[in-house]
Amino acid sequence: MENDDIVWSIINKSFCSYKVNTKTQRFCRNEYNLTGLCNRSACPLANSQYATVREEDGNCFLYMKTVERSGFPRNMWEKVKLSKSLEKALRQINEYLIYWPGFIKQKCKQRLLKISQYLIRMRKLRLRRQKKLVPIQRKQERRERRREEKALVAARLDSAIEKELLERLKRGTYGDIYNFPQVAFNKALEEEEDAEVNMEGEDYGEDEENEGEEAEEEIDEELEKELEEESENEEIEYVEADSDLERELESESDMEDIEPKATTSVKDNTRRKPRLEIEYETETLSKNAKRTV
Amino acid sequence: MENEENAENGEVLVKPPTLSASDRLAAKKRFRTQRRLSTMKNKVLRNAQWATLKKEKRKVKKEGQKQRKKEAEALGDKAPPKQIPRTIENTREADITTVDHDDEEVTFDITHDEYESYFSKTYVPKILITSSDNPHSKTIHFIRELTKIFPSSECQWRKRSSVKKMIQSAKEKNYTDVVVINEDRRVPNGMLVSHLPDGPTAYFKISNVKLTKDMKYKNIIKEFTTHRPEVILNNFQTRLGQAVSRMLASLFHYDPQFKGRRAVTFHNQRDYIFFRHHRYEFKSQKRAALRELGPRFTLRLKWLQKGTFDTIEGDYEWIIAGKRHEMETSRRRFFL
Repeated sequence: MENDDIVWSIINKSFCSYKVNTKTQRFCRNEYNLTGLCNRSACPLANSQYATVREEDGNCFLYMKTVERSGFPRNMWEKVKLSKSLEKALRQINEYLIYWPGFIKQKCKQRLLKISQYLIRMRKLRLRRQKKLVPIQRKQERRERRREEKALVAARLDSAIEKELLERLKRGTYGDIYNFPQVAFNKALEEEEDAEVNMEGEDYGEDEENEGEEAEEEIDEELEKELEEESENEEIEYVEADSDLERELESESDMEDIEPKATTSVKDNTRRKPRLEIEYETETLSKNAKRTV
Repeated sequence: MENEENAENGEVLVKPPTLSASDRLAAKKRFRTQRRLSTMKNKVLRNAQWATLKKEKRKVKKEGQKQRKKEAEALGDKAPPKQIPRTIENTREADITTVDHDDEEVTFDITHDEYESYFSKTYVPKILITSSDNPHSKTIHFIRELTKIFPSSECQWRKRSSVKKMIQSAKEKNYTDVVVINEDRRVPNGMLVSHLPDGPTAYFKISNVKLTKDMKYKNIIKEFTTHRPEVILNNFQTRLGQAVSRMLASLFHYDPQFKGRRAVTFHNQRDYIFFRHHRYEFKSQKRAALRELGPRFTLRLKWLQKGTFDTIEGDYEWIIAGKRHEMETSRRRFFL
């Protein structure tokens, strides 16, 4: 007991290795300190009768130090395990620290309360999901970023997307939404070619030519028929005109009229000849087109 | 040997050019100056030397190109086939799991996985999008845009629930997919996609997020319609790639509305999946015009798990994190 004051006067004034000085306060780093501050009443070195509560692995222990054991540093601190329930632990403290100074009793109880509160909080947090902090690996990040940029350049996204869309259009996934005339015409042409190919494919090569020729012959026959009809008409008109003068005149006029008609008809015929052929082709084409469409 | 193989294509990988004696000497000289550069301490002089060296190199290259072009024109039809440059895609390491679309077994395996019911059009996907706790503005905007992109998707804020519990409750409410956007440093950085009735779960790392409001065209948000978009999946070559592409495709409705002319693209290039969202218009049969709407981001697959989310006891089908050194040995090896 006598030592306490001497010890305190030395520690306080000169040097204590557990003392930490800050601008506003003095802290005590001693692990047995009850409050954590450097005070006369809270210093474990300057009080030969002292008690603390400390926590280890979720268990609270009461440490007590008495004058009798001050000569045996090894056995100085008596360690008592406190009950896990707060009520019982407080009663235990009262029991062990009966007749002790009120300051120590009070502070011990306060400390026990604080400890039990933070233990509860820890247990609750552990049950919840916790954010896993994954350290950033700098080189990996840098590498990945660079590779992504290079990959983006290599991807040429716009052209790839365009290509894919056009392919889908060709395949016909869009159905009839897009009416490109080119598309329809090409399709029609393709189908007509396919049809011809099929027909020709069925027969042999010679027959192909024959069919072609026959077609042409048919054309010519029809042309000839038309020509004959018109020529017959011409002759008839011609005969009528020759009968009377007036008629001749008229006929002449008629002839003239007719002649130009005839000529025109001839001309038309002559013109029609090539024209007919062309028309024939286009007619068949359009007919086929109509059929398919 | 490579040349023989590629001769069938009519193309040849680039060979190092045959040099004359003077050329070889010049090349040696250039090499020596390059080595010397590393010992020059003066940055200004060093940069100047480097610039001149580069100029020389470029000159030599251009001359070589011109010569080759002349020769090709002179020969006409007999010109040697055009050389194709060596690219990383060209020289990719052959993967055993590359999907061969002609192989029936493989296609059977692929089509009969967990997404069979989606591709047989039996159900419409219903997606739940959520984030991590306390999302910041960028993440919030990103999630809102995702709800506009995925048809029939709903956003709900995470109120400190665990993923497993969330998945349970989503199952009860008949959702078909859950998407969780993870946030770090106020920016979305991860996406967890989980297919619900015991489907596979995949975690992607998100990078380079660009929101609609940051796009070039102003007020492009007005061009968003509610037509169901069509999905384009490019360049998924291996089995793993097929699995991932099916997973991403199943987030969209199986029957797109072509009238809306909206296209959503997932393009895989060297294991990076680029997401783009466009409105297209066919100008003719050979040209289509694209207008980019919507956010753009890139995904990188981190792991793929068989069942629903269970990091501890789950059955990982593929993971990059654990075996980093094994997985990243080669620069020419890609997994998707």
